[in-house]
Amino acid sequence: MEMISPFLLGLTVFVLAVFVGYYVVWKVTPALHSPLMSVTNAISSVIIVGAVLAAGSAQDTLTQIFAFGAVVMASINIFGGFVVTRRMLEMFNKKK
Amino acid sequence: MSANLSALSYLISSVCFILALQGLSSAKTSQRGLTFGIVGMLLAVGTTLASPIVSSYGWIISGLIVGGVIGTVIAKKIQMTALPQLVAAFHSLVGLAAVCVAAAALLEPYAFNIGNVGSIAVGSLVEMGLGVAIGAITFTGSVVAFAKLQGLVSGNPLTFTGQHPLNALLGIGLVVLIGLFAASESHTLFWAVTFVSLLLGFLLILPIGGADMPVVISMLNSYSGWAAAGIGFTLGNSLLIITGALVGASGAILSYIMCKGMNRSIFNIILGGFGGDQAAASTGGGKEQRPYKAGSAEDAGFIMKNAKSVIIVPGYGMAVAQAQHALREMGDILKSEGVQVRYAIHPVAGRMPGHMNVLLAEANVPYDDVVELDDINRDFAQTDVAFVIGANDVTNPSAKTDPKSPIYGMPILDVDKAKTVLFVKRSMAPGYAGVDNDLFYHDHTLMLFGDAKKMCEEIIKTLEE
Repeated sequence: MEMISPFLLGLTVFVLAVFVGYYVVWKVTPALHSPLMSVTNAISSVIIVGAVLAAGSAQDTLTQIFAFGAVVMASINIFGGFVVTRRMLEMFNKKK
Repeated sequence: MSANLSALSYLISSVCFILALQGLSSAKTSQRGLTFGIVGMLLAVGTTLASPIVSSYGWIISGLIVGGVIGTVIAKKIQMTALPQLVAAFHSLVGLAAVCVAAAALLEPYAFNIGNVGSIAVGSLVEMGLGVAIGAITFTGSVVAFAKLQGLVSGNPLTFTGQHPLNALLGIGLVVLIGLFAASESHTLFWAVTFVSLLLGFLLILPIGGADMPVVISMLNSYSGWAAAGIGFTLGNSLLIITGALVGASGAILSYIMCKGMNRSIFNIILGGFGGDQAAASTGGGKEQRPYKAGSAEDAGFIMKNAKSVIIVPGYGMAVAQAQHALREMGDILKSEGVQVRYAIHPVAGRMPGHMNVLLAEANVPYDDVVELDDINRDFAQTDVAFVIGANDVTNPSAKTDPKSPIYGMPILDVDKAKTVLFVKRSMAPGYAGVDNDLFYHDHTLMLFGDAKKMCEEIIKTLEE
């Protein structure tokens, strides 16, 4: 059988994920739109996966620099995004 | 870790991210959602560390520690009023990280299983070009947004002639460059794509005015997602594709909600140039001074004390003056006097989606007292006092009555239906849209001139007497 191109497989996943995102995000209460923003910011830094792969296997100094930079920036975002989201959510949940 | 096992683990991590967003559907489940998000991220990073291609850990661990410490410290120290800037700064980092990952993938493609130097598949190169372009646009766009929000550059829209043709030209040039890059795998062209995208991001956000920032920030949020998805395509990693798509969709929905809150199309905002000095000059000139009533803190305190119900309408001015704590205290005193106190939130109040909700939550305003536009608008007619603090355009009745007004059609809070309107403002200057607000001159409106925070404190004093 002919192999399906990896791009099409990726596209399938992508389109389905956009739909999932669409339905999930419309359910988010407007009061929590700021935390939504900071948490999506943190998880979009999952790009760190690419940075770690590059940093862990780089042979060349230039690649090493790019990879290291990407790891630092992505982790600022991951930690920063999650911490600030937690701070916000604690405010919303302080007292009933 | 075998490839299949990592794929499985990435899948679990994707599901965790979806659950993290789903948790935000209510305040109660939100913290559990956040835990899912953190677990998902730990799993993603852990899985990647365990993959056989990763052979040296020194740089990775030190990068994680450096970034982790910086991120945590900033996030703990930041004031909640500065949240929009922080989010803009974070977006810029996602964009730059995407550029770096794409560059690393170009230099050493074998690390990602996409071929060898000089023989990367065309498809991967197209994806790489798109990823780096979106990343670079996100980076400079967010830097400009940050500078505007932080007040480093003027919040006024900066426009010049030939701006739109120039952007269009750059956009077309970018597409051509990506095509040429994909055909040749030339490193020079890769950097040309990066450079043009950086320039484009800068030029795209520069002409957009300060009060349109809720849209810009949501849009950049969306871009940062698409950038991650683009890199996901390059690396053939479905976790990145799924997460990028989730974030991209989320930012797009927020942009849509913000646009609807202003009754403007996304194109109108991107083209920029709305509001600021220009508009103020064109509508402000040649108008005679109309009479208005100014009141004092004592008047305001007296009126509200004797009211049955008060609706507070906060806006960006409240954030600037850091008045949320004083405002909550005022609300609490009124409540103890038996007055019903609620807070009405317009979707575009503040500088990012949900900005006012966070500030009020910070000041311990109970979650149930804060009501969104659609749910509270009908109640203004049965309300004794509307207390508008730091908001203007979102209460302007001309959005309903005057088809010539620049804000015509924008949904507003029906503040004018309340029996008395109290307006805390620094001066009679028009709001961001440069439109005079008829509400100032109504018989039942009392203007309270002064700094929002000081005014609340003075009202508290008179209430306590």
